[in-house]
Amino acid sequence: MSDISKHQKPSLREWLTSDAPTSRRQAKFSAWYRSWLALRSNPMAMFGLMILLFLLAIAAFAPIISPHDPFAQDLALRLSAPGENNYILGSDSLGRDILSRLIYGSRITLYIVALVALMAPIVGLFVGTAAGYLGGWVDVVLMRITDIFLAFPRLVLALAFVSALGAGIENAVLAIVLTAWPPYARIARAETLTIRNADYIHAIKLQGAGALRVITKHIWPLCISSLVIRVTLDMAGIILTAAGLGFLGLGAQPPSPEWGAMISAGRQFILDHWWVATMPGLAIFTVSLAFNLLGDGLRDVLDPKKSGK
Amino acid sequence: MTSNDNSGIRINNLDVWFGDHEERVDAVIDAEFSVPLGGSFGLVGESGSGKSTILRAITGLAPTWSGEIFVLGKELGKTRDKEFFSTVQMVFQDPYASLHPRQTVDHVLSEALYLHGFDQPDNRIVKILDDVGLSQIFRFRYPHQLSGGQRQRVAIARALIIEPSILLLDEPTSALDVSVQAEILNLLTDLRAERNLTYLMVSHDLAVVGHMCSKIAVMNLGRIVEVLDVKDMRKMKAENAYTKQLLEASIQRRREA
Amino acid sequence: MTNLLEVENLTVKFPTRNGMFEAVRDISFSLGRERLGIVGESGSGKSITGRSILRLIRRPGILEATRIALEGEDLLKKSEREMRKIRGHKISMVMQDPKFSLNPVMRIGDQICEAYRLHAKASKAEAREKSIKMLEAVLIRDPERVFNAYPHEMSGGMGQRIMIAMMLIPDPQILIADEPTSALDVTVQKEVLEIMDKLVRERGMGLIFISHDLNVVSAFCDRVLIMYAGRIVETCQADKLHEAKHPYTRGLLNSLPQLEHPVDRLAVLQRDDAWQTAPSVSGTLEADH
Repeated sequence: MSDISKHQKPSLREWLTSDAPTSRRQAKFSAWYRSWLALRSNPMAMFGLMILLFLLAIAAFAPIISPHDPFAQDLALRLSAPGENNYILGSDSLGRDILSRLIYGSRITLYIVALVALMAPIVGLFVGTAAGYLGGWVDVVLMRITDIFLAFPRLVLALAFVSALGAGIENAVLAIVLTAWPPYARIARAETLTIRNADYIHAIKLQGAGALRVITKHIWPLCISSLVIRVTLDMAGIILTAAGLGFLGLGAQPPSPEWGAMISAGRQFILDHWWVATMPGLAIFTVSLAFNLLGDGLRDVLDPKKSGK
Repeated sequence: MTSNDNSGIRINNLDVWFGDHEERVDAVIDAEFSVPLGGSFGLVGESGSGKSTILRAITGLAPTWSGEIFVLGKELGKTRDKEFFSTVQMVFQDPYASLHPRQTVDHVLSEALYLHGFDQPDNRIVKILDDVGLSQIFRFRYPHQLSGGQRQRVAIARALIIEPSILLLDEPTSALDVSVQAEILNLLTDLRAERNLTYLMVSHDLAVVGHMCSKIAVMNLGRIVEVLDVKDMRKMKAENAYTKQLLEASIQRRREA
Repeated sequence: MTNLLEVENLTVKFPTRNGMFEAVRDISFSLGRERLGIVGESGSGKSITGRSILRLIRRPGILEATRIALEGEDLLKKSEREMRKIRGHKISMVMQDPKFSLNPVMRIGDQICEAYRLHAKASKAEAREKSIKMLEAVLIRDPERVFNAYPHEMSGGMGQRIMIAMMLIPDPQILIADEPTSALDVTVQKEVLEIMDKLVRERGMGLIFISHDLNVVSAFCDRVLIMYAGRIVETCQADKLHEAKHPYTRGLLNSLPQLEHPVDRLAVLQRDDAWQTAPSVSGTLEADH
């Protein structure tokens, strides 16, 4: 019944959706808010985002929520089926609680994902935009190097690096980064080639801006969105590569509860005790799916060709 | 050549080409004209006639050219320095393509000021927005929040905020509606009078060039076929057959009505 | 006389974050065997009007109308499958830029033949013969060569002629041309218009010519609808366009620079908010008597 009297100050929502921002900060925030609104209207992307936030929460509160110590062995209760002996998802060959190991394993997964996601696209962005914008021999040299990296199957190349550097999570991450950047460089170069001849790039050149400035301030912001999309879509592959390295014993070392290593350990029991390998498999599947859904949603939101309208 | 050179832009024997050897395409052949300081000169022609290429050669966007280009009496080399860009600025054809999609109006203008080391950026931005007839509420908008005419005003503001003396206009209104075209053309006329600018304008529309410029060069297939006064053009006093054809095509449509 | 096309109370809406945006608001018009021009600025709804006749409004856009009748048959009651038969066969559309309308990896001849064979049961040889004839009809000098060429080998003017040939080969009753010459040079523009004019007359077709260019429309059409903000604000005989009364039309005409009449400053269109809310003028022919 009662009318809410109009405030002098606009509400946060009005401030964010305003068509006439009054400061740089407001312009930036409202652009972000609009992207968020667009993302929010995509249920699948939101579903993916929920899973990832859930994963983040699990990783953060692992010690509180995990029912058992992930490293505590109890050989008497080894290979308990899910639900038996207080093990919700069963126990593995050394009698460790699989659920707790999965929960702690999420930390490792996120650690790998975050490191790779930060490093690989940035390397790719540097190489790709420099090659695309400068052209000529710079382009030839950088792209041939990229081709050499692309010519090897990813896992094989990663294997070679890890064997050379020694097993361990950090080295696994490094190996994945070394094998993951070339596709980003290719994307960044392709984007740069189309952007390079746009009038707005000509315009800033005619303002007297140098190559470094054009690349970092004008081309990067436009490449980053497609890279972010690609990274989220690749995330599943990165998790799987990390898991693959773990599976081959070259990633995380026992007793670390890395999901790939857990599958590897459960492999020998797969017929009689299916849950040992299946549970971490499901975890990898869920997180990969979440990243894929989010990536799809982000593509719709961030694609500059669409939002430019 | 002439020592008492008071021209804004002077061009002698300009050839511009793309590609090399067998694939070489000559876009401009032996172009020659000069624009007096404070004057306004039009280049007219159909698509592919090389009119925009001349602008690109002047600004350094088309690097393969030979001949002589003088700006304010100074001959240009192969590269352009900052001093050149603070003298010569350009407004592009399509306002939808000439503004960076992720940068606000404020960002675009600030960067121009920063690159040329101007002080008091805030005051200057407020003033230039006023000068191009844009309300201050547009200052923090992104290009997609602006109409075509507003975008073109931003592009003009970007070119003028660093106070150049020569403005190159590459079909500045061909992507706009006629009513907006009238506004932008009026704005350009006013700005030229206020700031004593030199205009070199490229257009396919004889009526637009006739309105804006006092002298025009008609281009066809890379060559300047005729340079004539706009007064003569209005009287249809063209000598060249192609110019006549072009004039007739643009006037006839109205006569038929 | 019977009208080829009758559109009654057409409204096209698009949902946006700030509520419904009505791109076309409650307009009615009809088309006889004539050349009807629709002029307006960008955003006036003229292109959307053209597309809604073919029911080519993509979701989430909403098309509402009392009736869109082609020779008395209501197109709104047709299924999507029946509509596909009408598009191209009975009503064709030529778009602004031939570059985007022609398939770049198919030979021009094959594309024209395909357009023909989609609607007429004809053998390949017949289709080829008919296609070459059609290319001749759009005044292409060397139809055999063009038949075997790819779109990228053609200039803009040639491309647009080919599009016209392709759109006219199934012998439609109505041709909708959406800015068909805006991307072309003035001299080429004239040629293309003349070709289109001749063919439309010879075949007794109806033509809807959508353009922003008042001069072209007034020289080329019989009757003109002037649109503003989704409404028809004025309708008149094309040759009397320069005597139009509505302040919007007048404003558009006055804002054009003219070679013969130099002015220091161009007249600027003063927009009146009342134009947006004023009811649409009817563009049906019956309204004339």
